Amino acid sequence: MVTGALVLALGVSAAEHSDRSVVKGSKAYELDSCVEPTPVMRKLHPTFIKHQRDITVHQGIRGAKHSLSGCVDCHAAKDAQGKYMPVNAPGQFCESCHEYAGVEIPCFSCHATTPTGRSGE
Amino acid sequence: MSQKIDQERRQFVSVAGLAAAATAVAPGVFLLGGSAEAEPRTDPVTDKVRYGMLIDTTKCADGCSECVTGCEKENGLDLLRMPEGADPEEWDRQRPRWMRTVKVKDRLTGRVSTLPMMCQHCEYPPCVDVCPTGASFRRADGIVMVDRHICIGCRYCMMACPYKARSFIHENIDRQLSIAPRGKGCVESCNFCVHRVDNGESTTACQDACPHGAIVFGDLNDPNSEVSKALREKANTQLRADLKLNTGVRYRGI
Repeated sequence: MVTGALVLALGVSAAEHSDRSVVKGSKAYELDSCVEPTPVMRKLHPTFIKHQRDITVHQGIRGAKHSLSGCVDCHAAKDAQGKYMPVNAPGQFCESCHEYAGVEIPCFSCHATTPTGRSGE
Repeated sequence: MSQKIDQERRQFVSVAGLAAAATAVAPGVFLLGGSAEAEPRTDPVTDKVRYGMLIDTTKCADGCSECVTGCEKENGLDLLRMPEGADPEEWDRQRPRWMRTVKVKDRLTGRVSTLPMMCQHCEYPPCVDVCPTGASFRRADGIVMVDRHICIGCRYCMMACPYKARSFIHENIDRQLSIAPRGKGCVESCNFCVHRVDNGESTTACQDACPHGAIVFGDLNDPNSEVSKALREKANTQLRADLKLNTGVRYRGI
């Protein structure tokens, strides 16, 4: 029981700190929480995205809450010139954590890294 | 006891029947309202709809390629650049294209027609038959697509397609559109601007770009859709009808 409470307390404090891992200048920075609670997102975001990609490609369901373009839309930060920075650029939201964990992000070999309709412009 | 079970079963069957009826109605309702409201799709696509297109080649002007330009802008193909050191001729031959213009000549009469050529969205697509991973698939609403998450880039589909509709991405790409993901090692082709369709829009980019009104897109299963009316009105044909693929794209005037 005591251990449980301790784990819970640690979990909460970790979540509070980690909230600031969102990048300043992104929409996500202004929000309290992602589409799911932070600890859930941290652990399960690949699963969410992977499930939804199949639903989107094969069943045509768009705009559901676990969409990769939703991630990019919210987590891409603007630089001083007001231009979007790619989410997989060094120090940006996706890259900073994946770099630390040593996990590649294959999403962005195909998917756009900024929310603009036409990236690179 | 047995009577009680029967009752329950009957109740269940009737409820299931109602539910089935409700789902059968819902997509139809959605589709009717879809183009006006332009809301993203929330229900899975169904075979109540079959998307198709009519291209009136009698309206196509020689040398016009507005549809191709419109398609490439919409789907980010114009962002592609020739890799450094590549042979320009080879690039021109192999660069990804969803749509191209083709000139055909009747040898007997000498009549020349210009027409846009792309994925014909067959009912029985050869690309789907040969795909070893299931990446090449036909969506319930008739749109033939590549699920590039499971495409291994073997290019069997490119060999199988009688219309030469598919392209392969040979090099890494750093500029993509959110609506058109694209990357090295996968095959792709026209998908009837599926992002537009799924967001409730009723036209494709090529249709919007055509200055002559030669392209009509819509639901072939709906007798009142613009494309169905146009198809009924005047004679039209499938390309390589002898292959019995029942293409979703039809041509008039060839």
